[in-house]
Amino acid sequence: MLRIAAFLVACLTWMTPASAQQADAPIQQLLQTHSEILLKSSRRTIGPAVDALANSGLPEAQTVLERWQNKEMWVDEDSGLFVYAEEVDRDTLRIFDFADGSEIGVVPDDGFDQLKPNSGIRGMIGTALVQFQLSDPDPANRATALDAIERGAEESHLAALRASIPTEQDEALLQRKMRLERLLTIRYGQTDAERIEAIQHFDGDLGVDVRAALNPLLAVRVEAAEALPEDPDIGRVLQPGSEALSRDDAYALLVSADLAQPRISRADKRAALVANIDGGQVAGVQVATLDTEAARDMAYAALAEQGVVEAVATEAEVDERVANHVFFERFIGAPPEVVVAAQLALASIENKVALNQAVDLSLDALSLASIYFLAAIGLAITFGVMGVINMAHGEFIMMGAYTGYVVQLFIPDYTLSILVAIPLAFMVTFGAGVTMERLVIRWLYHRPLETLLATFGISIALQQIAKNIFGTQARPLTAPGWLDGSLVINDIVSISYIRIAIFVLALLFLALFLFVMNRTRLGLEVRAVTQNPRMAASMGINPDKINMLTFGFGSGIAGIAGVAIGLYAKVTSEMGSDYIVQSFMTVVVGGVGNIWGTLLGATMVGFLQKGIEWLNPSNTLAAQTYMILFIILFIQFRPKGIIALKGRAAEA
Amino acid sequence: MSDVALGSARRPFALRFPSVLVFLAILSIFTVVVTVLSEGFGVGVISTSFVKTLGKTLCLCLVALAMDLVWGYCGILSLGHMAFFGLGGYAIGMWLMYARTEIIVLESLAAAELPPTPEEVSDGIATQIFGVVGASEFPPIWAFAHSLPLQLAAVVVVPGLLALVFGWLAFRSRVTGVYLSILTQAMTLALSLHLFQNDSGLRGNNGLSGLQNLPGLSDVPQSIVSMWFFWASALALGLGYILCAWVVSGKFGSVIRAIRDDEARVRFLGYPVEAFKLVIFTLTAVIAGIAGALYYPQAGIVNPAEIAPIASIYLAVWVAIGGRGRLYGAVIGAAFVSLLSTWFTGGQAPDINLGFYTIQWVDWWIVILGLSFVAVTLFAPKGIGGLVDVFIDRKSPDRHGADLGPDQGALREQEAEK
Repeated sequence: MLRIAAFLVACLTWMTPASAQQADAPIQQLLQTHSEILLKSSRRTIGPAVDALANSGLPEAQTVLERWQNKEMWVDEDSGLFVYAEEVDRDTLRIFDFADGSEIGVVPDDGFDQLKPNSGIRGMIGTALVQFQLSDPDPANRATALDAIERGAEESHLAALRASIPTEQDEALLQRKMRLERLLTIRYGQTDAERIEAIQHFDGDLGVDVRAALNPLLAVRVEAAEALPEDPDIGRVLQPGSEALSRDDAYALLVSADLAQPRISRADKRAALVANIDGGQVAGVQVATLDTEAARDMAYAALAEQGVVEAVATEAEVDERVANHVFFERFIGAPPEVVVAAQLALASIENKVALNQAVDLSLDALSLASIYFLAAIGLAITFGVMGVINMAHGEFIMMGAYTGYVVQLFIPDYTLSILVAIPLAFMVTFGAGVTMERLVIRWLYHRPLETLLATFGISIALQQIAKNIFGTQARPLTAPGWLDGSLVINDIVSISYIRIAIFVLALLFLALFLFVMNRTRLGLEVRAVTQNPRMAASMGINPDKINMLTFGFGSGIAGIAGVAIGLYAKVTSEMGSDYIVQSFMTVVVGGVGNIWGTLLGATMVGFLQKGIEWLNPSNTLAAQTYMILFIILFIQFRPKGIIALKGRAAEA
Repeated sequence: MSDVALGSARRPFALRFPSVLVFLAILSIFTVVVTVLSEGFGVGVISTSFVKTLGKTLCLCLVALAMDLVWGYCGILSLGHMAFFGLGGYAIGMWLMYARTEIIVLESLAAAELPPTPEEVSDGIATQIFGVVGASEFPPIWAFAHSLPLQLAAVVVVPGLLALVFGWLAFRSRVTGVYLSILTQAMTLALSLHLFQNDSGLRGNNGLSGLQNLPGLSDVPQSIVSMWFFWASALALGLGYILCAWVVSGKFGSVIRAIRDDEARVRFLGYPVEAFKLVIFTLTAVIAGIAGALYYPQAGIVNPAEIAPIASIYLAVWVAIGGRGRLYGAVIGAAFVSLLSTWFTGGQAPDINLGFYTIQWVDWWIVILGLSFVAVTLFAPKGIGGLVDVFIDRKSPDRHGADLGPDQGALREQEAEK
């Protein structure tokens, strides 16, 4: 049995060259020229082979590269000829000739070796393939090629790109190609003139890729010299000891340029001294006296005089050397004319970037202001209108957010669950607010300090109850899918839809508040009761009921705000206390008892915080700290807030 | 209430205020009993860790006294006194940490071939202390950390100065009542947020640690050291009590109580209300700082979470439960609530199994505390101290704890007298 099998295999092997392969076709010869490095398949040495294929101008080169990249290139072990092949089954190949793509035959794979390019080599092949793909009939392939160039541009792409532009039919792809051609020209253009022309095209362009192309042109090398050279490629002159060039760096530069003696670090000096201890002495100095850096310097100098160690510069010498030299930047990224053009273009770009960043920052600030406004609007009712200080307000926000979370547990559809959660959160916190008003607050009207204390107690208890029920970890409140992502205006200005939604919600609440207070019977009665409860009572208004409803209304709005805030921030039992101080600040800064004041207060606090964050971007804690300090100072100058009530309303 | 001093000005201070003598007597007996029962100096019934708890409680009583002075007597509901307390802890903690690290660094450098230079020592200490926040240089605020006297001065000066500046700004612009409370809360929040930053120079949220080890006294066992701190805390509390009792007696005390009851009227009578309030605010801040400086070496660690606004709120809770407007009330409240808190949150209290749910006191104690605080505010505004009135037969009408004054529901003067 085994013999029969062996015989069959032998027959097959003998039959192998089913049709003759064109061993002298130009592509095959090219492959044979580089046969050795192709077979070695090492990323470091493969370069010439890939380049030779890419630049050969042979129509078959693209096929070779593609097959190679897909691990479909095989080599005949006997003849050393390259073919591409499809695997018919595990042991059998259908091989093809590169020269004309004709099938050679179906053969067992014993006599063939597969070329297995590793991922590094495949990347190089991919780069080389780009120039073929740029003129591919399929627009999708052309787009892929452009993507590849954007990711990793090479000098060779420029010519290929230019060659492909005249034949490009697709308008969008043509635009991309031209833009990419200019970017590549900036980087690899042959003459300064064409580079400068390309640079000028990008005046005020906000694209990140443009800045990425321009910035390397402005690369500098810091150099030192006795006197400033008059070369045209000299940038700015640096002062040693300034922020751009510290004294130590300046001296290190001199040392590396062999213009000065090296310095020695404290640890090295110590090691050198220790190495030269001789009978309790270093260069004649008692070891016990070496307990200051000055004494060690002297001992080291003595050692240097003896020639035991290298002489090093003293601090005075360092100062002298640094003072005797001038430090300057030399442009090494491009010739001077190109640098000038790039500087001009970058300056115009930066102006535009700054403008757009300001817009972006304002949008951020506006959305933060909306959040503060949302958190504070309930307080504007309970504290601003009724004068009841409710420290558990933050916990009402938390209750609203947890209501949203619980609703999402039962209703998996996020859009629907939010629509259910908003009225439900209002009801839950309205109920909680009314209960609290009935049980606690109504006994404490006119005694604000006691109200503050009692509501603190409630706040502590509510927080802990939430912690006991929901645990300490943050719970997710997921926004519906249509709120994902952000509105991108350009590379710099963008705002997430969820922030827009919160902004819209804040406006809605403002409208709701104004409508209820100014246009409804309830609002009229609320205003009457807050101004003069006894008079209101004699007009047939029940102040108890009004107080209860007003407090419930304020608490309910806090609940809805909680849902909105939960969508944007984390839902934890402590989220309320994160907002309570800021909310009170918003109300107090704006002016108690006036909704427009609250709006202004929220805007001011939001813009301030974002502004401070912009000045010190690494540190949001610092921003909050400084903002609170600012508010404390602000209250010094306008104790009644931005909009102070006047006349009878102020006395209520 | 023993603080109505009119008409008895000639008699000695101690006789006019028997409650001070009673308090000092109880405190001394308590100190002696604890000493006798302690591990360090007595029969060893009370463990060292419990001695520390008692010592810390005495410090909390001291800061509660300060809170009572500023809130119960002067009517300023400050939510910043635990911040002053924490600052005192930080001030002493800086020295403790510096000095102890210095000893460690000197020991490790002593083995080296060359005697250490000051620069090497300072670099070594800085690397040890600030390694956790990725820094290796001393921030400027550590300039005096090497000196015990200067850091002791800082215990008093830093909280005092902060209170002085903040109080001056706040009182000057007539911020009163709840606005002042919120403002002090904002100050506390700002301070704790600042300290939470790693580049605040005070090791960010790591805080200062290892404070229970006194530099140079590593041979003395903790059982002895804890007693030293216990005595110091008891002494500070005793002295603080005398000081507070003295401040609220006499004319000064009458004026600050008058400010509490009706600030505008006192101003019309020609008193510089702002100056009185500023003195009280600063004095109590200093007392809080001292209490903190005694507390944190016993606690062993001080970090920004201790300064967060909630701590100051708890301070108000203690004083309210104990009974504000009377000094012993603050002490009783702080001792009672903080010891009870330790007991409940320490896991010693037995869980209650209801069948369907097990009440774990670690989780539910805070809820009880919060709600009982509401209950005290509503139903027992005099707090635990009010029980004393029952014994000494002092009755006054139930006005829901209102202070003396013209407001609706407030206590009339003749009602308060009897």
